[in-house]
Amino acid sequence: MRSMHFRFAMPLLAFSLLASGTVFAKDTGYIFISSEEDDVVTVLDGKTFEKVKAIETAERPRHLQFSPDHSLLYVACGDGESVDIIDVAKLEDVDRIKGIEDPEAFDISPDGKTLYISLEDDSMLGTIDLAAQEMTKTVEVGGEPEGVLVTPDGKTAYVTSESANSVHVVDLASNTLQASIVVGARPRRLVLMPDGKELWVSSELDASASIIDVATNTVKQKITFAPEGFRKEDITPVGMALTKDAKTMYITLGRANRVAVVDVASREVKDYILVGNRPWNVALTRDEATLFVANGLSDDVSIVQTADNKVAKSVPAGRVPYMVVIDD
Amino acid sequence: MRRTLYAAVLLSVFASSPAWTDGSSPVSAVQEPASTQAVKTFTMGYLTQADDKRYDKRRMFAQFLGQPLGHPLAGAEVAMKEIKFHGQAAGVSFALQPAEGETAAELIKQVETMQAAGVHFILTDLPAPLLSEVAAAFKGKELAFFNVSAPDDSLRQEQCQANVFHTLPSHAMQADGLVQYLVAHKWKEALMLEGPAPEDKLLSAAFERAAKRYGVEITDKRPFVLGNDPRERDKNNIALLTGGDYDVVYIADSNGEFARNAPYQTLLPRPVVGSGGLNALAWNWAWNRHGAPQVEKRFEKQAQRRMADVDWAAWMSVKAIATAVQQTASCDFSKLRDYLTDPNTTLDGAKGNASSYRPWDHQLRQPLLLATQNWVVERAPLQGFLHQTNNLDTLGFDERDSNCKF
Repeated sequence: MRSMHFRFAMPLLAFSLLASGTVFAKDTGYIFISSEEDDVVTVLDGKTFEKVKAIETAERPRHLQFSPDHSLLYVACGDGESVDIIDVAKLEDVDRIKGIEDPEAFDISPDGKTLYISLEDDSMLGTIDLAAQEMTKTVEVGGEPEGVLVTPDGKTAYVTSESANSVHVVDLASNTLQASIVVGARPRRLVLMPDGKELWVSSELDASASIIDVATNTVKQKITFAPEGFRKEDITPVGMALTKDAKTMYITLGRANRVAVVDVASREVKDYILVGNRPWNVALTRDEATLFVANGLSDDVSIVQTADNKVAKSVPAGRVPYMVVIDD
Repeated sequence: MRRTLYAAVLLSVFASSPAWTDGSSPVSAVQEPASTQAVKTFTMGYLTQADDKRYDKRRMFAQFLGQPLGHPLAGAEVAMKEIKFHGQAAGVSFALQPAEGETAAELIKQVETMQAAGVHFILTDLPAPLLSEVAAAFKGKELAFFNVSAPDDSLRQEQCQANVFHTLPSHAMQADGLVQYLVAHKWKEALMLEGPAPEDKLLSAAFERAAKRYGVEITDKRPFVLGNDPRERDKNNIALLTGGDYDVVYIADSNGEFARNAPYQTLLPRPVVGSGGLNALAWNWAWNRHGAPQVEKRFEKQAQRRMADVDWAAWMSVKAIATAVQQTASCDFSKLRDYLTDPNTTLDGAKGNASSYRPWDHQLRQPLLLATQNWVVERAPLQGFLHQTNNLDTLGFDERDSNCKF
């Protein structure tokens, strides 16, 4: 591992020196999709949706996130017990932070130096120094931690705990737990409104999303999803994507095979878009004209036109697709 | 007699740390979640029978389908680690207090001791007759027993008691789950082989009920015995027992030794289900959705073995009680009891559906896993088996089939 730290430290330094970024491909428009069962991140062309490459990773790749400059893509590999690092320009798995037991989801500090990761088995939030590739700190949270969100000021992390039905608030400077907020059962993912006042949390077993008032750490409202003809148990919200104007939230409904389109201001569900089987995570293109939806149980990605909320196309994307991110 | 007090706080010390990228030990902040409030201890009891023959080492070693692989206390211990935050709003931390006794009288005495110490919720790992006797001794008291190891239908029907909650699925639920699978695959003619033990009769009665309910025809019911006696070969030889015409062989064998040897030995090339081959179980280590692999992994770390049905039931019972405390922000006995039987309650058993206890017989409604020894092929209720309020109630005794009167 020591040699790997060194090897990695060099290119990282190079990145920061060549901040102009002209050396590296940017805005490739590529769509990256992790799939749990075949250990690859599939890369699709952003225009043709043709497969560009399947990048092999450690076992069970799930959460994906770019470094702030989009030069690197970090991949949490649950069974590989690692965070793999994909070079976006090369489309290669170039490095691996090993020895992280059951990594689930993570977020990266705004300066790109630190990765905060939920450690599912140990019920902890871990802090990884990306330059040193070392876990430097952990803090205990509720069971089966999942979604992680770091505030834009880099001071606070929110972590969902699936088995404690809670969102935990962690002060990152002191690495201590500040509060725990009980939300709907099996909370999964988090989205913070741009004004920083509201935190949305999807609850997989409650057919709902809870809206937390950030100032008071209390749930101020709950949006319940009820597409026609479905019972509560068949509506399992997980992934979320928010438009830049913070007016529209897309939330996947898992077993209901639909994505809910929520008007943020009125809290009303405007539409339920029929997609593939068990949609899990979603991503919007930069122009927000297209929404990509990873369908875990139909091994494909639905490509939705947001103008009319219709699926334009679905393309195969590995076995059990988990997450989609877009380099644009 | 052994009595130990496990505090949730103590258990957390044994939680193993993650593996690190190098030898240096990281800074770890372990916090007491409710440190700012006065913390009371909410103790759950755990009652077992000393020398319970269901946990005979030889039988566990054989790993018969769906049978215990060890004492389910391990499941409760895993759950204790997961509920550290559940008591925050109610200002409590949780503890688990195991106790054992050989006879009903001894067990009742143990419960009295717990009762005097303020315990209201007790997991019971007891065979049906003992559970009935112990629960009856505390009729009308503020005590709730959580059955983790007795699948007998009678406990949910005529012999039901208001202070008993059944977390383990009943025989009827398992048979319904299995028969739904047969119907979905159009295997509608079943040959039934039944063992000599009274417990085998309970299994076959549950299968007959489910077959009638969902329209599977039992072509013949034949008794089997274990052994190699040539004079009894029509009863101990599987090939000789399986003549005729049928789609599937169902075996009622509570012991498991006969059923284990039945697949691939039938006269016709037909699947074997029930006590061997495929059955509807509360849990299987191979289920890989709904957070199940994480539960299994935590359990294996704790117990050094795979998780079985009774382990899941003990785990789920602790989680159910703690979730009631969390969601009601209260330790009030009647509030907690009402929460558990509210149809809108969401108890998460890592099997994909929200569970709650049926108000009419206190059976936990839950999905079942149609499992072989190393895979889960389906989840019951199967698609297309619908119910007017909750599809989970297509498994076991629905309100209108219930003979339970509290």
